[in-house]
Amino acid sequence: MLRYVIRRLLLIIPTMFFVALITFSLAHLAPGSPFDRNENRPLPQEQLDKINRYYGIDQPIPVQFVDYIGNLLRGDLGLSFTRGRPVVDLIGQGIGTTAQLGVQALIVALAFSIPLGIVSALKQNTPLDYLSLLIATIGTTIPSFVTAIFLIYVLGASLHLLPFVGWGTWQHMVMPTFVLALAPGAFLTRITRASMLEAIRQDYVRTARAKGLREQSVIVGHALKNALIPVATIIGPATAGLITGSFIIESLFNVPGIGRLYVISINQRDYPMIMSTTLLYAFVIMIANITVDIVYGALDPRIKVS
Amino acid sequence: MATTAVSTRRQAAQHDLAARKQRSLWRDAVWRLFRNRAAIAGLAVIVFAAFVAIFAPIIAPYSPIQQNTPKQLMEPIWTRWFGSQFTDSGYLLGSDELGRDILTRLMYGTRVSLIVGFVPVAVIFVVGASIGMVSGYVGGWVDNLLMRFTDIIYAFPDLLFVIIIVATLRGTELGTAMDGLLLIFVALAIVNWVGLARLIRGQVLSLKHREFIEAARAIGATPVRIMIRHLFPNVLAPVIVSLAFAIPGAMLTEATLSFLGIGVRPPTPTWGAMINEGFIVFQATPWPVLLPAFCISIILLAFTFVGDGLRDALDPRMKI
Repeated sequence: MLRYVIRRLLLIIPTMFFVALITFSLAHLAPGSPFDRNENRPLPQEQLDKINRYYGIDQPIPVQFVDYIGNLLRGDLGLSFTRGRPVVDLIGQGIGTTAQLGVQALIVALAFSIPLGIVSALKQNTPLDYLSLLIATIGTTIPSFVTAIFLIYVLGASLHLLPFVGWGTWQHMVMPTFVLALAPGAFLTRITRASMLEAIRQDYVRTARAKGLREQSVIVGHALKNALIPVATIIGPATAGLITGSFIIESLFNVPGIGRLYVISINQRDYPMIMSTTLLYAFVIMIANITVDIVYGALDPRIKVS
Repeated sequence: MATTAVSTRRQAAQHDLAARKQRSLWRDAVWRLFRNRAAIAGLAVIVFAAFVAIFAPIIAPYSPIQQNTPKQLMEPIWTRWFGSQFTDSGYLLGSDELGRDILTRLMYGTRVSLIVGFVPVAVIFVVGASIGMVSGYVGGWVDNLLMRFTDIIYAFPDLLFVIIIVATLRGTELGTAMDGLLLIFVALAIVNWVGLARLIRGQVLSLKHREFIEAARAIGATPVRIMIRHLFPNVLAPVIVSLAFAIPGAMLTEATLSFLGIGVRPPTPTWGAMINEGFIVFQATPWPVLLPAFCISIILLAFTFVGDGLRDALDPRMKI
């Protein structure tokens, strides 16, 4: 087990290296520099050279890459092209908000989807089951920005119940959190239902019934305990979904997190910001996936890690 | 005596076979699909959308980029009954902030959505299927390379990878071709072929030691023939299901990119771009945003219902 964990953790290094290489190559394949945006009033060449030297983009590309990796290892992510401030500071400013939004959304998703999935499985093929499946289908199919628009229209613009721009009070957090929770929540509902359906047909559940246990303890103590193991595995994909969801939700609701910053950086071609944020996201997702695999192995002794 | 008994039995068996109408597995699947009401409804929506997309230039009342300055931000015709002062019978669904007809732009937007749904998926199918087959059946360096590549791709969320490719290459020749559509095709294909290749690889690995493959090899079939004639038909069912879900996935990605402002270039109308542009005037009138949002929801649900129907029809055990 320990060897498996160490091997998985070591595998992060080459994967991160390639993620960095791909993002770096793509960013430098793009034509033009971020400083020639205004075509009517081009910067004088000597000033451009000075700026390029300041940001280190006058060097040959392989040298830049080696420098970048070196700086990365020392925790220096470079300067933002458009804001002129260290990328670390900018990410540090937004990461708290994004993490808070993500954790809130995850909690909401779990709180709604697990009970819904369980009830749906126990009442299979009843109207209640069909309703929850329909909600789950809509939640996984309709893009979050579309759901957000309908919510903003009804709750924000028409009924004036909730504010939909900015961040700070709990009222500001309600809509972004719920919209972000919708996609992972819908997916979790399907998984919970499927794995609960499988669990209640197992022999050990029949045995528990046969020895005369109360229905409640059969469901909670025997079926549910095993049904929730596969649910743990989707925390990995859910993290990825929350991250990509945060780009859209933060942009839409004007939440000052790194998702919104990322979208702005993309539109401004701010490559140090784009690269660093991408690497951060890839790292978080890899850690989430590894944690899931380890926890899964620990929860279910039938799974042999290899 | 004994021979007569055998031949009678054989005759009876043959008679039995002829009497029962033969039904292939595929026939059964089609039958199951057509009994699924949600899938049929989805199919009807898709056929309708395809009709609108093909005949958009004929049935659309205006040109999608024709601006009409005094008639900006008209509201849909039915809002008249709720007291809206800003309707015009020339604009059934209203107009956007530049006075362009929303109905026309929605019709043309159908084209982009459907093209983005089908073209990249066709590429994914060809690339993913061939590499997945070779990787699973032959193994070797192709397999190794595929697995390493998968490790890296899996560390990126799909959308993040697509965003990076599109955002960085937008200014290149590739990014400007076909109003930016070509780059979206390429990005979607690069990111998504891996999933299909892995699916097929897994299926092939579990099939390649079965008797029917061994039999084919024993009578001297070439590896290419085995892959095409024997393995491929047997992995087709999960492949169809996975592709059916890839189509709405690709459409969703295009809508998201256009919504973020890095998709198809304006003024080409796409539903995601319409939402992006309409959001600026959302406080004045919500319709330029609500109507394309509604269209996206309907078409994505339609494709998902068909995908669900196909999954249930092709393999009832795969049900989640």
